[in-house]
Amino acid sequence: MEAIALTHAPAPGHEEEYTTTGIPHDKMGMWVFLCSEVMFFTGLIGSYIVLRFATPLWPQPSSVLNIPLTAVNTFILICSSVTMVQALAAISRGDARKMKLFLCLTLLFGATFLSIQGVEYWKLLHEGFNPHVSLFGSVFFTTTGFHGFHVFCGVVCMAFVTGKAFLGKYTQARHQGIETLGLYWHFVDLVWIVLFTIIYLI
Amino acid sequence: MAAGEHKTPNYMAIFWWLAGFTAVEVAYSSLLPHSQKALLILGLVGFATIKASLVALYFMHLKFERRSLGIIVGSTLILGVILVSVGMAEHLLPRP
Repeated sequence: MEAIALTHAPAPGHEEEYTTTGIPHDKMGMWVFLCSEVMFFTGLIGSYIVLRFATPLWPQPSSVLNIPLTAVNTFILICSSVTMVQALAAISRGDARKMKLFLCLTLLFGATFLSIQGVEYWKLLHEGFNPHVSLFGSVFFTTTGFHGFHVFCGVVCMAFVTGKAFLGKYTQARHQGIETLGLYWHFVDLVWIVLFTIIYLI
Repeated sequence: MAAGEHKTPNYMAIFWWLAGFTAVEVAYSSLLPHSQKALLILGLVGFATIKASLVALYFMHLKFERRSLGIIVGSTLILGVILVSVGMAEHLLPRP
């Protein structure tokens, strides 16, 4: 077993870790977690699709939801994904200064996304569109609410990782935290891409 | 991410593709008459699939990961598609 383990060279950023799969343990753990998240969101999206097919009178989303505002929010989340991946690329090159800058930008974009979603919810609730008013309202708030909660968890973790970055805990040779959180963050972005299309545009 | 040694992708190019597809999606949705539902769904799902694939392949670095990881993720996606398909079949197929 040990012989097998030692045949794999560690990946960049994981210099002290040897695994039998060749995939660092924390990354593998995050991927398995993300697979369970795929099933979680598939359940929600699947329920939305099935309910929509089964309901003859479904409101046109553009008549209820603010599409331009959400399109801007989608763009912000895409921006946060690119700054996250740039933070990882920066520390992989050994550029700690740029890593910190990109992490701060990601944190800012994440918080902005949540703020805009909060404004959207506030406006919708004041217009009388709430989870009680219709089936669309119920599945809309459930699905986007769970996604928003995931973004919130990501922002909290991002604040923690950014704090560690400013304390100099990440180096070119060791930056698993950024890599693992990045996977989660991109997944949240990916889920939003699907939700935006299915709930807002179709 | 960044498992093996690979050439760093052009992240900004991916970003502009994602932003561009988002703009096209919104325009497509607002310009296409909603009576043409099948065309609308087909187009939008196609754009979303391309965007999600770009994020997974380049930002999450699945393109550069080991095949074993691809199999784990791929099998999850297949299960997800089965889950949604069974739910839809319940409504689309005629009842006995």
